[in-house]
Amino acid sequence: MNVVSRFLRFVQGDSQADRVVPPTGYSARLTVFTAGAMAFLAVFAMALSLAADRLADRWSDALARTSTIRISAPLAELEAQTWAVLTVLEQTSGVDSARALTDDEQRALLEPWFGPDLPVADLPIPRLVEVVETAEGYDAEGLRQRLAAEAPGAVLDDHTRWRRPLVEAANGLRLLGWVAIALILASTAAMITLAAGSALAANQGVIKVLRLVGARDNYIARAFVRRFTLRALSGAAAGTVAGMIAVALLPRAGDEQAFLTGLGFSGLHWLWPLTVPVLAAVTAFWATRIAAFRTLGGLR
Amino acid sequence: MIELEDAAYGYGTEPLLSEIGLRLAPGSFHFLTGPSGAGKTTFLRLCYADLLPTGGSVRLFEQEAKAMSRDDIAKARQRIGVVHQDCQFLDHLPVAENIALPLTVSGRKTGQEAANLEELIGWVGLRARADALPPELSGGERQRAALARAVIMDPDVILADEPTGNVDWEMSLRLLTLLVELNKMGKTVLIATHDLALIRAAKAQVSARVLRIGGGRIHLAGADL
Ligand SMILES: Nc1ncnc2c1ncn2[C@@H]1O[C@H](COP(=O)(O)OP(=O)(O)OP(=O)(O)O)[C@@H](O)[C@H]1O
Ligand SMILES: [Mg+2]
Repeated sequence: MNVVSRFLRFVQGDSQADRVVPPTGYSARLTVFTAGAMAFLAVFAMALSLAADRLADRWSDALARTSTIRISAPLAELEAQTWAVLTVLEQTSGVDSARALTDDEQRALLEPWFGPDLPVADLPIPRLVEVVETAEGYDAEGLRQRLAAEAPGAVLDDHTRWRRPLVEAANGLRLLGWVAIALILASTAAMITLAAGSALAANQGVIKVLRLVGARDNYIARAFVRRFTLRALSGAAAGTVAGMIAVALLPRAGDEQAFLTGLGFSGLHWLWPLTVPVLAAVTAFWATRIAAFRTLGGLR
Repeated sequence: MIELEDAAYGYGTEPLLSEIGLRLAPGSFHFLTGPSGAGKTTFLRLCYADLLPTGGSVRLFEQEAKAMSRDDIAKARQRIGVVHQDCQFLDHLPVAENIALPLTVSGRKTGQEAANLEELIGWVGLRARADALPPELSGGERQRAALARAVIMDPDVILADEPTGNVDWEMSLRLLTLLVELNKMGKTVLIATHDLALIRAAKAQVSARVLRIGGGRIHLAGADL
């Protein structure tokens, strides 16, 4: 409450105090524009990070929990080998459950490639066994050796081979997104420091007069800080809205695993971009304040 | 109020002023004369801590200037009205707001002060120019505005650097009368000026000490002034 009312008082400001520093149209517009552009980029970086986060979560979850055993054998032996595999799995510690996919399920998996009328039972296609691990997991190498002995046609496909690099890539992408946001914030701070520095330099005469009539540093700094904070806030708010609209307009597909079509915010994650203008304002506040006090300290 | 003890100042390595000892007692009235370039403006700047002495000590309201924080200095300046030689204003604000600036920056702009402001602007003859911007003023108008700004805060000390340099004799006397009035109300006044006629006119109204800067020192001027 206290913080909110202080913030409101800061925004309303002292209109009289604000007038003591002459308006600077050009640098003001530049600050607003840059803050807006930075916010737009930050929203994208955030969407990237959050999408990568979701993806990594899903993949590593699937990675940790399930694997598949593929049994390729002549039709005559297929049934026996499937039983052998299931028996081995039953005796393997770390396996929560295992079951052979039914013909219908296999047909559903193959349908996109071969159409709906595939006679699965008559074709020499491999049978699939889905394995769900316990939290501890099983010893993949040991299981492979036992399967080789009991059911020579069985191949353990524990997904690790192809999913681990994907999870690592998703994790890397997520990190990259946050690094990009940090860099965007840092360059916003640098840009505002420069803009505030040049505004302070351009107003040396004004500052001198204000000091002469007894203005405290805090009073002088506030006039600048308030301006740059409000400029960054309004620019970043506009940039954030534009960024959110752009993200919302990206085409989405139902396939949650696909990265390109999964880029965006989901559910409560839509609240995340709203932090961008706040961060921009806080950054501008401190950047200007530090620049102002450094400049004022150098004057008499 | 303001005390200098063995104070010295030099812009470069050469000292410009040295062995300056002076006490501006409350309610005193001083004139400061001396040839151009002798250091009158420099002396005044020492008095409001715009410059810090390179030697000796300067005290403002019992505080050692060198030890004052920037906020202390700001607070002291709210008690010192300064009329700058090259009157500095905020060129984007009208004259009336410039005159009220000390009130604005100290957060003291109230209804009563606004009434005082009106009266003061009338006093220095700027009522018709109150909404003009400072660059549109004549030299004399600027000086009158600077004087008005220096006294708006009802300061304890008034330091005026050539306050009558650009105004006619009649206006000079009016400004002098204003300063004498303020002195009679108990304010400490110091005026740096070349204008000996002004000093003589003042001596008829108030008991003023006349100081002369020369050769880097301050002396009490002779009785001929
Ligand atoms: N900022 C400065 N840097 C270097 N030298 C300066 C500076 N200000 C003034 N001086 C020099 O110091 C000397 C005293 O200057 P000051 O302005 O105090 O003289 P003054 O007595 O006020 O003269 P005037 O009557 O012309 O106003 C002059 O020689 C001037 O050139
Ligand atoms: Mg001078």
